[in-house]
Amino acid sequence: MNSLTKTETIEKTTKPELKEKMSVKYLCAYFGDVQALSTVSMSIYKKRVLAIIGPSGCGKSTFIRCLNRMHEVVGGEYVGEIKLDDVDIKKFNSVILRRKVGMVFQKPNPFPTMSVFDNVVAGLKLNGFRNKSKLKEIAEDCLKKVALWDEVKDSLNKAGTSLSGGQQQRLCIARTIAVEPEVILMDEPASALDPISTAKIEELIFDLRKNYTIVIVTHNMQQAARVSDFTAFLYMGKLVEYNKTKKLFISPTEKRTEDYIAGRFG
Amino acid sequence: MEEYNSTKYKWRIRKSNIAVMFAVLSALLVLIPLFLILFYTVQQGISSINWDFFTQMPKPVGETGGGMANALVGSAILVLLGSALGIPVGVMSGIYLSEESDSFLPKSIRFLVEVLNGTPSIVIGIVAYITFVVPMKSFSALSGGIALGIIMIPLITRTTEEMVRLVPSTVREASFGLGIPKWKTTLHVILPAAMKGMLTGIILSIARAAGETAPLLFTALGNRFWSTNLDQPIASITVFIYDYAKAPFDDWNRQAWAASLVLIVFVTTLNVIFKIISRKRK
Repeated sequence: MNSLTKTETIEKTTKPELKEKMSVKYLCAYFGDVQALSTVSMSIYKKRVLAIIGPSGCGKSTFIRCLNRMHEVVGGEYVGEIKLDDVDIKKFNSVILRRKVGMVFQKPNPFPTMSVFDNVVAGLKLNGFRNKSKLKEIAEDCLKKVALWDEVKDSLNKAGTSLSGGQQQRLCIARTIAVEPEVILMDEPASALDPISTAKIEELIFDLRKNYTIVIVTHNMQQAARVSDFTAFLYMGKLVEYNKTKKLFISPTEKRTEDYIAGRFG
Repeated sequence: MEEYNSTKYKWRIRKSNIAVMFAVLSALLVLIPLFLILFYTVQQGISSINWDFFTQMPKPVGETGGGMANALVGSAILVLLGSALGIPVGVMSGIYLSEESDSFLPKSIRFLVEVLNGTPSIVIGIVAYITFVVPMKSFSALSGGIALGIIMIPLITRTTEEMVRLVPSTVREASFGLGIPKWKTTLHVILPAAMKGMLTGIILSIARAAGETAPLLFTALGNRFWSTNLDQPIASITVFIYDYAKAPFDDWNRQAWAASLVLIVFVTTLNVIFKIISRKRK
């Protein structure tokens, strides 16, 4: 409840103009012969949170994995057009694209051989950034942003995997924002976490949208309602409804959306 | 309750006990040859083990004493040569096989590696003889090292591939998601995570190579004199054992036992190191 009122206040204070950060047109995604998405089109607005909801297997994950071309890592393909700042993402080198469009995964996946500190700066270090004092600054800054600094500042040299699940996930988010992406994709970032850690991640998403464009996939409709500005409902690989979150949850235009959020299927 | 006390149920328990008994007996049976090996090598060999045995050269026939310093150094050189070939080729091919899994080339390579793994070592020795010893017109340490390297390659390839595969794909995706290029992901993220497992594979393959005799008979041949020349025949512990065990002199036979003991201790030590490393992984 608390966060709902928070939503309203933030909506009032950060009203500024909607700018399109990414656009998706007629996206059809495939795994070999299996079509996972068909003709999905939508806009992703700058410094807003877009939630993707829908039942399992509806193509939510495939959708966001297309946005940073992670879909092709597992052998998938897509047709249609995805643009980042009006440039087709196929024109980017996939490595460069993923620095601009970062990703947080469902299960916390810190690098197993690295310390907490090295995990945070891994993206920078492995891309040749070696200024030690600057790295320290960035690590502290990122860990503060994800509200993890106070918990780990004395154990930066401990293994990243020694943290609790919720801490690990915040560490992974810190690692993602350390490379300063413009868009952050989150694939059910809280589904493997307990309620308290989930609440922390949600608060974090709230803070992050001041600086980042966020697309979050979630199974949890309350979560979508709490954290997002826009919501897209996918069903069987198709976009059923896309609207402002409040509008979509309070007065959906599609019958199927209403049925889904009312828990009648899915 | 009644049915649990029925004779049928009691008979089941009895059958189970008999089966367990056989399993335990078989397990104990496995240990017997091992204890026999240890017992005889220690009993027969320990008396010949002294400082001279490690530092002296073999004595001419008829003189007692002497050692196998040249064979120790020779084995070390041969295993080093084998490692120089086997470790890089095995590790790199293992990485290739784990990263490119499904197309025709890696699949066929994986199959051929299996075949190579099952090839008797004496056959590998003959092949090394024909391809290296015959053209060079001389038995040599180099050809022996190459034969050992060929034996090590499939072992290292297999363990490397398996260990790299054990690294969860989520770790790889996390790295890609940060915009880290594939080669850096493999080198700095995947390999460190797989390193311990790979090391154990390498250690086991060294233990295996150190204990090989057959491929050395046609290649390194053996040498009664001090030699560290790579293009000359070189002594090794295993060939030393082979020569000394079949010789008609008691003193030589005792030294063969002693050399066996040294070899067993060396290989066991490597296995213990392997155990320690793999325990740390958990």
